[in-house]
Amino acid sequence: MSDLELLAFIGVCTLATFLTRVLPFVALSRQADHPLILHLGRYLPPAVMAILVIYALRHLAPWSAGQLNVSPQGVPLILASLAVVFLHLWRRNALLSIVGGTGLYMVLIQLVWP
Amino acid sequence: MSPALHSWRHAAIQTLPVMFGYLPLGAAFGVLYMQLGLPWWGAPLMSLFIYAGAGQFLAVTLLANHAGLVEVAVASFMLNSRHLFYGLSLLKRFRGAGWRKPYMIFSLTDETYSLLTSQARQQDLGVATHRLAARIGALNQLWWVLGTLLGTLAGATLNIDGRGLDFALTALFIVLTLEQAARLRQALPFLIALTTGLGAILLLPERHLLLGAIGAASLLLLVHYRLHRQPQEART
Repeated sequence: MSDLELLAFIGVCTLATFLTRVLPFVALSRQADHPLILHLGRYLPPAVMAILVIYALRHLAPWSAGQLNVSPQGVPLILASLAVVFLHLWRRNALLSIVGGTGLYMVLIQLVWP
Repeated sequence: MSPALHSWRHAAIQTLPVMFGYLPLGAAFGVLYMQLGLPWWGAPLMSLFIYAGAGQFLAVTLLANHAGLVEVAVASFMLNSRHLFYGLSLLKRFRGAGWRKPYMIFSLTDETYSLLTSQARQQDLGVATHRLAARIGALNQLWWVLGTLLGTLAGATLNIDGRGLDFALTALFIVLTLEQAARLRQALPFLIALTTGLGAILLLPERHLLLGAIGAASLLLLVHYRLHRQPQEART
């Protein structure tokens, strides 16, 4: 692959990706106050957030075995996720919950179930 | 500390969890890219211009398979089409953002979207909000590009054992979901997410999971809107 072909490849990916982000702003810029758009603006973000959690946990062993970064039992993923929830309900400090949960996950997969 | 520096610091603190996720993920992308045997500058260039996590991993696969440009365009568009729905819920939020707006739209990744929809009240639309949003987007991309450079230049010889660091993104999404739940105090969007998320895992292949779940959730919200719409005629 020549440098020019690589640049063309990157250019096409860039345009296609940007298109997905900019289309709603171009197509619906006059509809920002439409009740349906407000409805989506209110309920879509929490729904997307919860979907991203489910997506991030999709490699949990009961559903699919032998994936990246997960012990065969999926125990570290479950424990660390619970730790994040408990830490956050307890102190409601986002950074503490995230650092605590991630630290626990790293210890579990590197030292406990390597 | 000067006000400008102070507000950058404020933005940086909010992006810290994304940093923990983007540095290792960006590095993983860099390492993967280098295995293609292509010029090293392609990796940071992709992180600068494409700037999409899953999208760039897909790009490596497409490069490895010598995919044609049309196929590349269609695949990139399909994989990232969940972003269509992100814009829908930010139309009002980004209005009046001026010269920052194109970059704010360009830098709208899953993680930036998550931070932006969680941090400020929707009514709060001053220039300070837009500035903060643009800085959060820019810092997130900085972490992504830095991670990519680390992975590209150091390759597989990285000495730190960073395995599991990318759990930071999962933790971030959990925290943001809890925050959204505390603010909204309604079960509806979470029930919808549970249904469409689990449904997508059961029914769809891996690469269509996110789009399928988010698209279905938007559709259910549309149905909910049609069923429960308050009469709008009253307030002309």
